[in-house]
Amino acid sequence: MRRYAAPLLFLLPATILIVLFFLIPVVTTVFLSLTDISTVTFKNPSWVGLQNYRDLLVDPFIPKIFYNTGRYVGLTLLFNVGMGLVLALLTSLIPERHGDNFRTLWLVPRIMPPVVYVFVWQGLLARAPFGIISDLTGINQGWINSSPWTTIILANGFVGASFGMLIFTSAIRAIPRDLFYAAAVDGASTWQTVRRVVLPLLRWPILFVTVYQTLSLLTSFEYILLLTDGGPGLFKTTVWSLHAYKLALSNYFGNIEFGLGAAMATFLVVIGVIVSLVYMRVFNFRELVSEPKIEVN
Amino acid sequence: MTGVTVRLEGLVKHFGRVQALKGIDLTLTPGELVAFLGPSGCGKTTTLLLIAGIYKATAGQIFFDDRRIDHLHPRDRDIGMVFQSYALYPHLTMFENIAFPLRLQRVPKAEVKRKVEQTAELLGISEQLLRRPALVSGGQQQRAALARALVKEPRVLLLDEPLSNLDALIRLSARAEIRRLQKELGITSILVTHDQSEALAMADRVAVFSVGEVEQFATPEELYKAPATTFVAGFVGFPPMNLFEGRFNGAFEAKGLKIPLSPGHPGGKGYLGIRPEDIRFDGEIAARVLLVEVLGKDSLLTLEAAGHILKAMSLEGMQVAIGDELLLNFPVEKLHLFDAEGKRIQRQAS
Repeated sequence: MRRYAAPLLFLLPATILIVLFFLIPVVTTVFLSLTDISTVTFKNPSWVGLQNYRDLLVDPFIPKIFYNTGRYVGLTLLFNVGMGLVLALLTSLIPERHGDNFRTLWLVPRIMPPVVYVFVWQGLLARAPFGIISDLTGINQGWINSSPWTTIILANGFVGASFGMLIFTSAIRAIPRDLFYAAAVDGASTWQTVRRVVLPLLRWPILFVTVYQTLSLLTSFEYILLLTDGGPGLFKTTVWSLHAYKLALSNYFGNIEFGLGAAMATFLVVIGVIVSLVYMRVFNFRELVSEPKIEVN
Repeated sequence: MTGVTVRLEGLVKHFGRVQALKGIDLTLTPGELVAFLGPSGCGKTTTLLLIAGIYKATAGQIFFDDRRIDHLHPRDRDIGMVFQSYALYPHLTMFENIAFPLRLQRVPKAEVKRKVEQTAELLGISEQLLRRPALVSGGQQQRAALARALVKEPRVLLLDEPLSNLDALIRLSARAEIRRLQKELGITSILVTHDQSEALAMADRVAVFSVGEVEQFATPEELYKAPATTFVAGFVGFPPMNLFEGRFNGAFEAKGLKIPLSPGHPGGKGYLGIRPEDIRFDGEIAARVLLVEVLGKDSLLTLEAAGHILKAMSLEGMQVAIGDELLLNFPVEKLHLFDAEGKRIQRQAS
């Protein structure tokens, strides 16, 4: 025991955080999902077993929300990772100072409060004379309502791409300069260098960004809440986490169903774990971590 | 495959305010192996990267035969290059690394296979072709890097410190092997190195670089026998030449030392040099032994004479101990004379 005292001591802070903010909430959520706890039954909830899950299965809107979630996560992810890659590559090709400045600018939305950021989008997309796009194109419409999905994906994507951009840029910088020289001497054009040398070497950071962004998109709903509130119309842009939030914490009808919301959240955790496992299989995780990612001799 | 003439004319390179190359003029004859030798920061690698097309020259021109190539992209220059780090692509097998230049040229698959296998055979790495670079030895990585440079049959081969990451033993055999291949293929080649024994052993001619300039471009023998400047004298040869600063006055006088010269030398300030192996022990210059380093057959002696520290090689069978007094002789015909700027003073016809 004494031998392990120091390692255990060092592990303690992280362990406390994981227990406090991950393990306890997961266990609580799973536990709550098996009860009928709500505003009405708050003082004496009763054990209902899997009833909440059964309710979800027969809810006519759940398939639609499930589909929305897939669409939202998939398309935003494509935009995020793709745009992050493009930005990282482009800003690495131009002189370093300009690249740094550009990346700094691109980070501004990320440090802005989401509410302010959404105000900017609303300013862009509102009807004339308030909306800039309507003013400029002469097509006077509420753009958020007419293309809610595009709005949501772009608003998320422009912020989200900066994460990939930073990770990919540092990964590109970690590639030894000689490899670029060698590729040039071997006869590669810029595009061939990117496709045949840079992208294969970015496999690990791409996996990391994809996994991280998938998980964070699955649980993020703040921009949707602020931009469309899940509408327009019935559940048009409602995603799983937004629905769980509404059921569990912000029910229009006043009866907040903690149990049902917890069941939805539990389902999301399961999906997240499955998705991570699939990614690891697809990207051959074991091989990635067993070898040096980039040779520096 | 026949090599080309490589001609550098007035190459100047600035990095911001730093002048890395002050004007390089060199002409390499076809099939020749030329070493760029110099301390780090002397501009030898910069010159190589200019020839490769990685850097653009601030001024000056580069010709392969009579074709000017300094405006071309590296891929259009028909060069092969080996890097100090080897720069093998870590995600590709050895086979794909060697095949890379051919794949970019869209060479038919069967021919790629034939050429890669042939080149690998030549370099003795046929057994390792399916492995990733990280899983083979440093020597094999170095060969793969050379194979990748040679597989497209370049007209000019550029070698940037290709041996400095190898173990001492492998380095010696790799030296001989590169030299053999280069002669066999007849490719005009440039070897950048800071290791003079490598340069002297491998090259037909050596360009000695000091800060941004070529001090001397000559055969190894000439560098050794008649260094053009004090810089070359102090850089080439192991141990380096002893140099004394002083004044020519019929004889050479440096504080406390007076060394006789053959008649007919100009006067004025300058330098006198003598190689440690040329010093004899039957003269009149009194010296005390400070240190004895046994090198095998001989010993390297560190001596002190009239406040000057110098090196000398012991003669076979000579017994020397620290503190011994010796009487040195600097044979007139072995002396190297340099003027106040450090330029060689040509020996008078005698």
